[in-house]
Amino acid sequence: MDQVIIRKEKAEDVESNAKVSKWKINIKKRKLLVYTLIYAFLGLLLLLSVIPFWIVLINSTRDGFAISTQGLTIRPGRSLAENYRILTTNANIIPAFFNSLKISTLVTILSGYFSALTAYGFHVYKFKGKNFLFGVILLFMMVPSQMAFLGYVQWMTRLGLMDTHTALIIPSVAAIGTVFFLRAYISSSLSRDLIESARIDGAGELHIFHRIALPLMGPGVATMSIFAFIGSWNNYLSARIILSSKSQETLPMVIASLRAMRIWHQNQGAIYLGFAISIVPIVVVFIFASKYLIENISAGAIKG
Amino acid sequence: MKNINDKAGYFFITPFFLVFLLFNLYPILFTIYLSMTRYRGFGNMVFIGADNFKLIFRDPNVVNAFMNTIRIWGVNIFFQIFLALLLVMVFSDLEYKIKGLKFFRVIFYLPNLIAAATIALIFAKLLDRDYGVVNQLLFSVGWIDRSIGWLTRPLLAQMSVSGIQTWMWFGNSFILFMASVQAVNKEIFEAARIDGAGRLQILRHITLPSIKPILMYVIITGLIGGLQLFDIPFLITDGRGFPAGSLNTMIVYIYNMAFTYNNYGYASALSFALFLLIFMFTIIFALVTNRVEIKEYFRDRNERKAMNKTMNKAMEKAMPGGAPGMKGSEK
Repeated sequence: MDQVIIRKEKAEDVESNAKVSKWKINIKKRKLLVYTLIYAFLGLLLLLSVIPFWIVLINSTRDGFAISTQGLTIRPGRSLAENYRILTTNANIIPAFFNSLKISTLVTILSGYFSALTAYGFHVYKFKGKNFLFGVILLFMMVPSQMAFLGYVQWMTRLGLMDTHTALIIPSVAAIGTVFFLRAYISSSLSRDLIESARIDGAGELHIFHRIALPLMGPGVATMSIFAFIGSWNNYLSARIILSSKSQETLPMVIASLRAMRIWHQNQGAIYLGFAISIVPIVVVFIFASKYLIENISAGAIKG
Repeated sequence: MKNINDKAGYFFITPFFLVFLLFNLYPILFTIYLSMTRYRGFGNMVFIGADNFKLIFRDPNVVNAFMNTIRIWGVNIFFQIFLALLLVMVFSDLEYKIKGLKFFRVIFYLPNLIAAATIALIFAKLLDRDYGVVNQLLFSVGWIDRSIGWLTRPLLAQMSVSGIQTWMWFGNSFILFMASVQAVNKEIFEAARIDGAGRLQILRHITLPSIKPILMYVIITGLIGGLQLFDIPFLITDGRGFPAGSLNTMIVYIYNMAFTYNNYGYASALSFALFLLIFMFTIIFALVTNRVEIKEYFRDRNERKAMNKTMNKAMEKAMPGGAPGMKGSEK
């Protein structure tokens, strides 16, 4: 009798094992399906994110005729040099590239240096009116001051700074958001004791800032500087309003002017090359700094 | 402790405030002054008081521009948040471990880097009715048999701009949302799952509450950015808000009012009104997201005041005549 029962149990065991394994296979199948769907979705978004870049890069090497008759391809063409010749004879793109580079570099350096200087001043010293002045910074961080561009234009006209790069560069000395960010950054990266001991060693105040504080604030300054560079490189509205002569034009202005040119329809390859010239430097900067930047965007999300 | 070097603080902050006053504050005040004048951008300036502001309320273009902005923003923000949330759900799932978060973050952020001016022209090419790649593709797949005027039909043009904005910003929102979800202790998710919570329950009770502040941030900054939208609607068509004024956003209108129609005073009044509107949204946002901190601040301040009072009293008792330099709220 006992044996029968045991046998029966064994049989049931085998049966349920089979069930379980069948069930497991089903789960596996389902998992595989879900994984496929998820990665397909991610792949689609990835394609949508990069395909305009891809089209720009490929088409900048193809001639206009091929682009309008053959549509999209994944193979680059051979007309890069020809496109470059057409583009540069029609548009002022190379001088504009260097104008943009000059403005963006100076904006980056000025906003980085003076924001660090201001944040340091607020963090280290206790002076009269300090809280009030920092309150002003906080308030104006919320004020959309670019809304005042009409007053800015009139004011620059009176100062004789219209059509100069100076009018686009100088405001970066007062980069409100950067000062705010760096002041939070410095309070976690710089100890007062360090400054105190440097003072005892007889170092001057500015010397302490340059030799001790600035290097310690380096990563924070670098992050904000990269954003400043991208913002300045991409800036269109204020450049368009301030600058008027051909020799002063920045890259986004020249890109925008392509729309009204005859080559817009006739030599699309040259147009796409223009887009590529505006995109590539930023993407290169980003690829090198991406880890850094995204960590900082993320950190901002957690604090905010 | 007073430090003899503390005066140097002024030296450090002077360049900032000099430029701030001259290039930031003064233009704002100047714009406010201009908004009360009749002025063509050159020649005589005639002070006319609040007339320009009265005109704003009778100008149908203002309502039109505002509604355009709301429509473009509304569609954009819906899809932007939907996509970002979907991605957060995918990458924070406990059962399905999806790899490559760091890689995808970089890729999805790429569209945010490009100059809006360049993006406008790229999409003007891609969405062109007769030569555009998008129509060519749809033709070859056989989904359409007639060209679609993505940028020539009013509503479609608005939706195209919404789509471009979504394309530019969903990666940014995703990074922000993901960071706030990752800041939540993983054990909470695990515990919820062990208790038998489904995906939607986890989304509603853990994920969404953890990203609520940043969600507000994305919605409000999206609205503020939307109100300041210029490059794309200006460059993707003819610069006048074509077709049929559907891409006439506030800044495009202000720009044309000042530089095409030379009505500088009215344009200044419009930009000051927009300025106030954006400022209002920002203040509301700041109050809503920081209400806990604000409460804490006032509670702390009252406590500190009470502390100082008792301290000062004790001081006065100990040293009649008071101790100079010990007042105030130094830490």
